[in-house]
Amino acid sequence: MSPLERYLVVAALLFGIGLAGALTRRNAILALAGIELMLTAVNLNLIAFWRHGGHDAGAAGLVFVLFVIAVAAAETAVGLALIIALFRHRRTVHLDEADQLRG
Amino acid sequence: MVDLLEHAPLTVGRWIVQRVPEAWQPVAGALLGAAVLVGVFAGLFALTTWLERKGLARMQNRPGPNRVGPAGLLQPAADGLKMLFKEDLRPFAAERWVHTLAPLLKVVPVVCALAVIPFGRHLVALDLDAGLVFFFAMGSVTEVALFMAGWGSRNKYSLLGAMRAIAQLISYEVPLALAALTAVLVAGSLSLPAIVDSQAGWYPGGLARWHVFTPWGLAGVVLFFTAATAKANRAPFDLPEGESEIIAGHLVEYSGFKYALFFLGEYLLLFGYSAVGITLFLGGWRAPVAWLEWIPSYAWFALKLLACIAGFIWLRGTVPRLRADQLMHFAWKFLLPLGLAANFAAVLWQATAGWTFAGATLVRWALAAGLVLVPYQVLGRALLGTAAAGPRRYRFAE
Amino acid sequence: MDPAFTLLTLGLLAAATAAMSLRHLVACALCLVAVFLAGAGLFLHLGAEFLAFAQVLVYVGAISILIVFALLLTRTRGAESAPLCARPRGWGLAVAGGVTGLLLAAVGTARLPAGAAPPRPAVPVRELGLELMSRQVPALLVVGLLLTAALIGAVVLALREPPAGGEKEPPA
Repeated sequence: MSPLERYLVVAALLFGIGLAGALTRRNAILALAGIELMLTAVNLNLIAFWRHGGHDAGAAGLVFVLFVIAVAAAETAVGLALIIALFRHRRTVHLDEADQLRG
Repeated sequence: MVDLLEHAPLTVGRWIVQRVPEAWQPVAGALLGAAVLVGVFAGLFALTTWLERKGLARMQNRPGPNRVGPAGLLQPAADGLKMLFKEDLRPFAAERWVHTLAPLLKVVPVVCALAVIPFGRHLVALDLDAGLVFFFAMGSVTEVALFMAGWGSRNKYSLLGAMRAIAQLISYEVPLALAALTAVLVAGSLSLPAIVDSQAGWYPGGLARWHVFTPWGLAGVVLFFTAATAKANRAPFDLPEGESEIIAGHLVEYSGFKYALFFLGEYLLLFGYSAVGITLFLGGWRAPVAWLEWIPSYAWFALKLLACIAGFIWLRGTVPRLRADQLMHFAWKFLLPLGLAANFAAVLWQATAGWTFAGATLVRWALAAGLVLVPYQVLGRALLGTAAAGPRRYRFAE
Repeated sequence: MDPAFTLLTLGLLAAATAAMSLRHLVACALCLVAVFLAGAGLFLHLGAEFLAFAQVLVYVGAISILIVFALLLTRTRGAESAPLCARPRGWGLAVAGGVTGLLLAAVGTARLPAGAAPPRPAVPVRELGLELMSRQVPALLVVGLLLTAALIGAVVLALREPPAGGEKEPPA
């Protein structure tokens, strides 16, 4: 396997693990953690393409990763705040129990 | 002679590395660097515990350690031996791995972080392009160690102490980074040797062009060391371990060598923040005045580091501990806006660097100083409310 | 294969699996920290120094700590015995497995640049900053706006609401 392919395979596996967690876990916080894993896998892909991906596109791949990290931070902060607000109203963080549209 | 002294550590190091076979020389060089770093800072740790106990004792009108060795100088060795021979207790309910790994995770990143600091003209173990980011990243790993210690001990005081500590560390990370950013803005680099180079040269009159001798730099250094005191868990910000309130917090279930490791990690972090503060604002290894340049650079750095440590000891001996809510208010309502103001001042300083008309320096100084001092006064008065208006009263001393 | 890559990859995947499947929530969070650290190691291995440090700073120093805080703030009784999965686990695993298979098939069939191509040299931080401040200025501004909005939004969402009587909380 070429170096690029190795990284792509690792990133695909990590993405799959994150997706499985986000889809199956009942705890909302761990679903969020699964999304973080998926974002890390995406970052890994972007950096691998920047490093080994032939065409010269400057530092665009790295800049993209920087933006993904920033967006991930914002997403986590808001997501966790939402989960805590949910917990305060309904005393639960389980996704299947938060199915009512009224507080 | 000067050159010989300046190169002495490198020459000795090269001589030692050349004793090993050709193929192993890079590995040997790296190992030697790491060993020197750990050795020197462990020695400094021992010296600091002695200095601290002596200094605090003097401030409290008692002799301090004076039984072991001349003037109690061997006290750190005795303490170390005691720590080594103490029983290593692990609570029955504790998470075995988490409880054991926490002290290591506290010490190792801090030692790594020390590697990027330029201790002398030629003495930098790891010249990274993003050295400052590396330092802060390693510093933030210790937060995880704190949490592991607190949660892994299965003790409510541990957990409470750890949560307090983490809240404090995260809050003070922001002003610390903002204060460091002022120097980065002006130097235009994240590499610590490059930041030292940006402070080269002399003002007319022989004073060094350190960043601390500018209005934004003075604000930056005060902010940086205030936030660093909190980040390193030192008095008056030592709430996470306030022994009179939550009995040493996350450390309560640790004993023997693991406790000593936590202690070591905390002091190394203090040295690290002091060293970065020196590098960013106090000229790094540079001499303060031109006619003292013959003293080797690493001696200057050591002198500045010891001065910083003395300052921290002095602070611990004289300032009472803050309350938890005061701690948070101080970080978010006072230090954070002032950090932003200092950054604006630094930007202004940089933008007006080209001014050449008569009295330009005075105008620049006035503008930048105003940009820092006005928010300081306004914020201070707004936050203290009526307490700031009248003359200061000492309610308990009357 | 070089050993650094193998070790980091194995650690990354093992920790990720543990983080998504363990019952104990805090243990999951600690495994998540391990994943982020191993990810930073892989970034470093790829020569993206600055991003590796940024990853440690943001993910380890902030995001995982936030997650731990949220876990401890939302602890409920009976979490030891409650079912781990919301829906039938098989469906979620099947979908995730399908997506992974698709990705792997795509990687396997794609015509990627040959491995012999010389890897790109590391980019100094200065160049990254110049890129950010020249071509990517709009994106940078949008991200700044997004972060500010997220900060305010998170504070507003997590703010404790005054009790039902409309009284304000007594000042601390």
